[in-house]
Amino acid sequence: MFTILGIPGPLLFGQLLLGLINGAFYAMLSLGLAVIFGMLNIINFAHGALFMMGAFVSWMLLEYVGIGYFPALILAPLIVGIFGLVLERTIVSRLYKLDHIYGLLLTFGLALVIEGLFRNGYGSSGMPYRIPAALQGATDLGFMFMPNYRGWVVLAAVVVCFLTWLIIEKTSLGATLRAATENAPMVQAFGVNVPRMISLTYAGGVALAAFAGVLAAPIYSVNPNMGSSFINTVFAVVVIGGMGSILGSILTGFGLGIVEGLTKVFYPQASATVVFLVMVIVLLARPRGLFGKAV
Amino acid sequence: MSISSRTQTDIDRAAGEAAPVVPKAGSMFGFSRTQAIAFAIMVLLVVLCPWVLYPVFLMKVLCFALFACAFNLLIGYVGLLSFGHAAFFGMGSYITAWTVKHWGLSAEVAIILGGLTGAALGLVLGWLAIRRQGLYFAMITLALAQMVYFFCLQAPFTGGEDGIQQVPRSSLFGLLPLDRDMAIYWLVAFVFLAGFLFIHRVVHSPFGQVLKAIRENEPRATSLGYRTDDYKLIAFTLSCTLAGIAGGTKALVFGIATLTDVHYSMSGEVVLMTLLGGLGTIFGPVVGALVVTAMENYLAQFGAWVTVTQGAIFILCVLFFRKGIVGTVGGWFRLEL
Repeated sequence: MFTILGIPGPLLFGQLLLGLINGAFYAMLSLGLAVIFGMLNIINFAHGALFMMGAFVSWMLLEYVGIGYFPALILAPLIVGIFGLVLERTIVSRLYKLDHIYGLLLTFGLALVIEGLFRNGYGSSGMPYRIPAALQGATDLGFMFMPNYRGWVVLAAVVVCFLTWLIIEKTSLGATLRAATENAPMVQAFGVNVPRMISLTYAGGVALAAFAGVLAAPIYSVNPNMGSSFINTVFAVVVIGGMGSILGSILTGFGLGIVEGLTKVFYPQASATVVFLVMVIVLLARPRGLFGKAV
Repeated sequence: MSISSRTQTDIDRAAGEAAPVVPKAGSMFGFSRTQAIAFAIMVLLVVLCPWVLYPVFLMKVLCFALFACAFNLLIGYVGLLSFGHAAFFGMGSYITAWTVKHWGLSAEVAIILGGLTGAALGLVLGWLAIRRQGLYFAMITLALAQMVYFFCLQAPFTGGEDGIQQVPRSSLFGLLPLDRDMAIYWLVAFVFLAGFLFIHRVVHSPFGQVLKAIRENEPRATSLGYRTDDYKLIAFTLSCTLAGIAGGTKALVFGIATLTDVHYSMSGEVVLMTLLGGLGTIFGPVVGALVVTAMENYLAQFGAWVTVTQGAIFILCVLFFRKGIVGTVGGWFRLEL
């Protein structure tokens, strides 16, 4: 067995991988928050609840309909995305003319309702979701054994984040989206249906959260609180990265996951708080966030 | 860009519609006549209710009412939405409970220590949080409070998941034992009324006028020469002090301080109380605290339905009822309550 800085290699890499997985979820969730914020000027407090819904929908699909993991990876985000679309059309869209804090308060209320309903229906203990057969087992990478499913989560998250970045930064649809973020009335004057675009953006951000939820289902137990335990950390991630840049959200998410993993190795007591400590340092040194635009 | 210009037109329009209400010099403690009557009614209710209603329930309401009033000082008068007020409430409650249990301090000293803890924590966290505005401020306070939560989860003195239990109610000035419900009730009532009047005085002082100016238009307040960050930090610290006092008082009443008090759902609850009662109204937070606490009492047997109801109230308030109970009722009679 080899050691690095007095730490056994497998332990170090094992925690790094765990950190990377957490980072993947931070990245996907903060990316969705950033996209929604850019377009709607709303901090979607319900993001954690919708992440949890993604996991639950995939569990329900398996339990009640017998639809397995891979179809659920497409179907669950679609279903939750449509739910998000309905939410946006019926409730969230009434807030655009109001002060931003009302958006935060309303989505906080939505999160309470969604989580409360699931807690009523399924209790707080959580249900297991089996890792799909194709992704079971582990691979020997030479320096460590990597459970296949965990590798898959990181890979899937990287691909999805990259695709989102590609769509927003490199396609004409993304260009219109960014333009509408800057100046909605102007884009509307060019004949773009901005309200529909806003709805679809919200649905897209929500679907991203649900996708993360499906990926998370086999790792954590599927329970109504899985979102709220994530979302507070994700808010810190968003403050650290600043919501100005898509790539920034992704990098900050993965980076902080790794920092958290390393802390677990070297100073486990601080692993729960390290992200918040990083936030404090960033606030002191660069209040607008690592990738934030000047205010 | 669009935000500031919209706020601007709002202010200009408001200025055109009605001249600002300036309390006459020497008026009753900054109260208008209606407010003074409402305050007298409230004092009367505080004094009479324990003979009709269960005193422990009333004390819970009064503690949360003070907590909500402290929170309202920020959201209602400075326009700062703190989503981490549970940190100050909870730490106040821990320190009061711990000092009473282990040092045998008398009640008033322990509550003051709880308040000072809230102040110290508020000074540090506020100093960090006011670096950003608006939604970021809310997220930062939430994240910092989450850090405090994890600290309380791990620190040995808080007792982790068990909390600090079986805290004696101690005595006032080391003389008057507070074990009977009606004995401690008067202490709680005094703390609440003193805190309430203090907040009211702050809001109606020249300092409070600057706070409102910051709420309406911070760049303008800056350009008039006010160091807005200093004002915000002082207001934040004051609010946290009172939150700590409220937490400490609650810990004494119930003889327990637990993680529930520092959990972020407690921060959400105080937001709910203030929103439901009426943001920026004097009596709103008190009414909100009463309604929310009563609702929790009656719904407690239905488990997670409490959460669902709270969430639904949040949604309904934001969509249809943004002035809250007191703001709406006051609006009917054109009164500023």
